[in-house]
Amino acid sequence: MTTKLPIDRMIDTKNGTISREIFVSPEFHREELEKLFTRAWLFIGHESQIPNPGDFFVSRMGEESVILCRDTKGAVHVFLNSCRHRGMKVCRYESGNTSLFVCPYHSWSYTTDGKLQGVPLYRVLYEGQLDRNEWSLIETPKLHIYKGTVWASWDAEAPDFMTYLGDAVDHLDQVLDCRDGRPGGSEVIGIHKWILPTNWKFAAENFLGDTYHNPSHRSVDMIGIGPSARAGQTGRRDNEYNKGQHVWASFPAGHGVHSVWMPEDFEYQPSYAQYPLVDEYFRHCFEERKKRLGDKARIMPFTGNLFPNTSYHGRQPRGLCVWHPHSATETEAWRFFLVDADAPAEVKDVLRRFYMRYSGPAGMTEQDDMENWLYATKASTGTIARRYPFNYQQSMGAYKHNDPIPGDVSTQITEQNARNYYDVYAKYLKGDGWASLLGTGDAVRAAAE
Amino acid sequence: MSRFDRLALKQEIEDFLYMEADLLDQREFLKWLDLLADDLIYFMPIRRNVKFGQHAEKENTKQGEGISWFDEDKWTLGKRVEQILTGVHYAEEPLSRVTHMVSNVRLLEVSPSADDAQDVVVGCRFLIYQNRVEYESNTFIGRRIDTLRRNGDSWLIARRELILEQNVLLAKNLSILF
Repeated sequence: MTTKLPIDRMIDTKNGTISREIFVSPEFHREELEKLFTRAWLFIGHESQIPNPGDFFVSRMGEESVILCRDTKGAVHVFLNSCRHRGMKVCRYESGNTSLFVCPYHSWSYTTDGKLQGVPLYRVLYEGQLDRNEWSLIETPKLHIYKGTVWASWDAEAPDFMTYLGDAVDHLDQVLDCRDGRPGGSEVIGIHKWILPTNWKFAAENFLGDTYHNPSHRSVDMIGIGPSARAGQTGRRDNEYNKGQHVWASFPAGHGVHSVWMPEDFEYQPSYAQYPLVDEYFRHCFEERKKRLGDKARIMPFTGNLFPNTSYHGRQPRGLCVWHPHSATETEAWRFFLVDADAPAEVKDVLRRFYMRYSGPAGMTEQDDMENWLYATKASTGTIARRYPFNYQQSMGAYKHNDPIPGDVSTQITEQNARNYYDVYAKYLKGDGWASLLGTGDAVRAAAE
Repeated sequence: MSRFDRLALKQEIEDFLYMEADLLDQREFLKWLDLLADDLIYFMPIRRNVKFGQHAEKENTKQGEGISWFDEDKWTLGKRVEQILTGVHYAEEPLSRVTHMVSNVRLLEVSPSADDAQDVVVGCRFLIYQNRVEYESNTFIGRRIDTLRRNGDSWLIARRELILEQNVLLAKNLSILF
């Protein structure tokens, strides 16, 4: 499990420098696929996409196609989308319902629980040799469903998902829970898939807590595209966080979030001007949520990234993004848009329209991110450029532990989340054990605390 | 309605579509907005890979529900133009070089008649070439169905449906106007 890459020299978070090599070199890309994407918990999809027995949704894990499937008995599986005989994709539809996955190549067929069922001319050609039970579709050894979201890992030794998530759960909950604080209850209303000529980590880092990039969204802030923009309000979203303390929190397993810690007596900020029904819905949800969650309601989500490549927007807009590496310099981005499943139709309609004008390749806000990531990647591939590391020295040391919320928490804009993320990234590439990857076996950290 | 009325109408509609494309390519965005009806629907579905026989029902995302590439109105397009005109919309700063090709023009519905057309549904193909900064280029090819409404000597676009022939979008952005 050792690597020849000089990782410690390239990722020097004590001095706040990180080599451009990790963003552009094919060697790092290969190492990531071998050592990181084969172990970390990855986001696969949402139960609302596969409500019925036999439903499937084709997703990705790193560079590979996988099938998320609810078998005919109702159990959920994640399979590698590749026939055990010659590797053909057994499913090239994006979603649907089936009782069998039939390989187009030689017609081997698999049931929805992954078992090899049909082998043409079995008796003549394979009898006594091929044991069907040993040639099921390759299934992830680890799968966990949390509030509708499905996660999987290829590492049988991986810790359970909730341990992996750690204290970041309080922030993910703000994305997945109903706006009125009831647990779960979200649904996916649509998915964007697009290709970015960039390294996937630029995107992950952007959501991890890089609030410093705000100036690149000046154009939307000037003209106003938020839910109240039709009423003349500028800015790209409503001011839901008025009087809140912005916090940037990082966690030992590599997750990082930007949330807002609201004051004890915070009140609903009028939002969705022009849509009284929607404003009323969110006002109602706000009050209900405060009653249900008590002190925890003070956490309001902004953005975050769950290690390694699942990012989220918590409220305006609301959804999960996955950054799938194609190569060192190309990424396939998938965004899953979320709403409360039982929200009124008008609420869903206003939200989806806002999501579309904000997010993704047609989104007025995120287009500028994509421009940044593309040219940051391109301008870092050169021989001279690669000799000079990126600077990660922002707000060095300016954080407290578990104050006011769990995690290493900064109350000023910081690159601490990124420094922590790349520390964990380095551990994966060095092949560390799970105790180290989760930060529980980190002697330095323990001593510091 | 004579064949000549229909031919004249087709020519008039083609001229309008070419003029409209030229406004975009000449970056006359504000003049282009003037060609849009106040109740415009501007829609580009996301195309999905579905099983044979399910295309009509499931291949394209639907206007008015869920998530598409575009499902918006004149206000949103006005915002897109306003954003470009700020000069700090970095995905279009510097501006892309764009050519809109329009072909295969067919009149699908004409009402009430070709010699007094007030509403016309016109189908065409689009081929849009975008070139950005130095080396970045995208080609967007697909089918388009426009509903045009008579506006004095000219026309207003009341509905535009853009069927882009892609599944995973192969461009990083849809920052141009279609």
